[in-house]
Amino acid sequence: MSDAVLHVHDLSRYFRVGGLRSHGQLHALDDVSFEVAAGEIVALVGESGSGKSTIARVLAGLYEPTHGTITFEGEALKGRMSRKVRGRMPMVFQDPFGSINPVLRVGHSLLRSLKLHRPELDREGRQREAVALVERVGLTPGEEALRRYPHQLSGGQRQRLGFAQALASNPSLILADEPVSMLDVSIRIGLLNVMKTLRDHEGVSLLYITHDLASARYVANRMIVLYAGRIAEEGLTDEVIRNPQHPYTQLLMSTAPDPRLPLADIEGERDLGEPPKVIDPGPGCRFAPRCPLAMDVCRTTTPTMVTLSATHRAACFAVKAT
Amino acid sequence: MSGPILQVRDLMVEYATPTGPAQAVHGVNLDLAQGEFLAIVGESGCGKSTLLFAIAQLLTYPASVVGGSITFNGVDLQSLKEEELRQYRWRDISVVMQSAMNALNPTLSVGAQLADACRAHTDWDDKRVAQRSEEVLSMVSIDKVHLKSYPFQLSGGMRQRAMIAMALLLEPKLVIMDEPTSALDVVAQRSLMRQVEALRKELGFSVLFVTHDMSVVSHFSDRLAVMYAGEVVELDTTREVFDHPQHPYSQGLMDAFPSLLGDARALTGIPGTPPALVNPPPGCLFAARCTHVMDVCRELRPELITKGTRAVRCHLVNPPERS
Repeated sequence: MSDAVLHVHDLSRYFRVGGLRSHGQLHALDDVSFEVAAGEIVALVGESGSGKSTIARVLAGLYEPTHGTITFEGEALKGRMSRKVRGRMPMVFQDPFGSINPVLRVGHSLLRSLKLHRPELDREGRQREAVALVERVGLTPGEEALRRYPHQLSGGQRQRLGFAQALASNPSLILADEPVSMLDVSIRIGLLNVMKTLRDHEGVSLLYITHDLASARYVANRMIVLYAGRIAEEGLTDEVIRNPQHPYTQLLMSTAPDPRLPLADIEGERDLGEPPKVIDPGPGCRFAPRCPLAMDVCRTTTPTMVTLSATHRAACFAVKAT
Repeated sequence: MSGPILQVRDLMVEYATPTGPAQAVHGVNLDLAQGEFLAIVGESGCGKSTLLFAIAQLLTYPASVVGGSITFNGVDLQSLKEEELRQYRWRDISVVMQSAMNALNPTLSVGAQLADACRAHTDWDDKRVAQRSEEVLSMVSIDKVHLKSYPFQLSGGMRQRAMIAMALLLEPKLVIMDEPTSALDVVAQRSLMRQVEALRKELGFSVLFVTHDMSVVSHFSDRLAVMYAGEVVELDTTREVFDHPQHPYSQGLMDAFPSLLGDARALTGIPGTPPALVNPPPGCLFAARCTHVMDVCRELRPELITKGTRAVRCHLVNPPERS
């Protein structure tokens, strides 16, 4: 795709684990490839330990990739990221209480960000822009919001501020790492709506990292399901939700509580372990030990992506190509 | 069914603040039958955790119970001294805290912490302690090798299950759970809830479960109480509240989370924030955020009125008598 903002190819990230003499390698990410097009929200879905936050951290330049390439706005990212790239691809963090300096007014950090990333603006321009930014994410009146201290804001307002801060550098892609998981259910939807507005009105792309399938469905155009550092399935949101092909996606779907549906028969569910720590893995499908469809080939050969439609792919031997 | 195991009557809890007392829990009435699973949902600051802490007698300054009673098995917990409370704690009432990451001691093995709880409340010998520890761990599907494990060696889900194992050590009649699933992801959440449900059926304890995410309990709790700004605004069987929410706040909560398979439609959530609890406004506390607000709502605080199994605190559902 030529209009892709972000192109990730065969990205891997390993961590050395164990003591000094240990040579164990934890494979947090293995050969992950995906794209984010302009003006779309892509949801990265998976459990803890699936590698979804590692992707965000590699993209944000907090970790170096072990191998693989990242192309952002047509340029390959290598080594230390320039301020320009960091501004074009900012991150919104999970914890709205830990990610904002509590001793500075809201306006301070926002103006600072503008000063760094938008040198063309003068003092009045920055002030005007800061007001516009907080109002764009729904903190009104903007002037009053800027004068507040973080402790005067609720969790939802802080997280909106996180998005305003990300917007300050005029981004083309925002990395949102579980931005709503620490918020109350009643205000989550407001934040999700902010994300949609940014996409629809500002043309910003978002990489939305979450373990909540329902919220991913609500905002995302496409979904990528990760399991133990590999992509299990990816496709348009509706394709994945309506027609999940990978047994792991099916498991996720069956465990997501949907109170609008009648009481499911929970007796039939299997015990649901957790994703493995992938230390020095051999070949084979990493989901095989938990998979109801596991065959001999799954334990000996790593499955490749099977194309299901122009947009829908799954890495599973049990899935038939169409 | 014999009488309720836990009775909360007109409970009032206040926090002392520089500007005056904040009414964190205001006139809450609850009955919990033996073996029943009651879920309490509401947003941050609605008083749900304060209510649990009051029931468990764990409130410390600046919070204090200023009115009402908490009766457990016929005994008024409020009247007990600390030493007498110790007889009830863990043996009859145990608590599972929100964050197992912080609730377990990082410097002691799981086994040592289980043994600690046993020694504090029983006179069992080492053999019996070890045996019981193994038993409760196997109840929550944790292998006994983890008796020697330290908390950091366990995953989040396992730590939370170890907390539940600890809560079940002495076969309590009531287990109080304060958002035990909020730090877990969906698959682990579901597996934990199923485990709690299976253990409750097997051992017959009652569960009082607080969460802000009502979809977590939707398939598990018998009854559901919705709290807002320190008051219970709606209480009924879980299915009824989900299928036919009557209070505008419960309706708003139902509309606040996207559906996985249902219609994909735009949602609004509940705009606005809860009222200040220091000198709260007269009238209904939800009036400022309510889409159905009437004049009377701003003047007269609605009562919690019970009809059949359903209790609702709303003028719309129970129109006030004109005087």
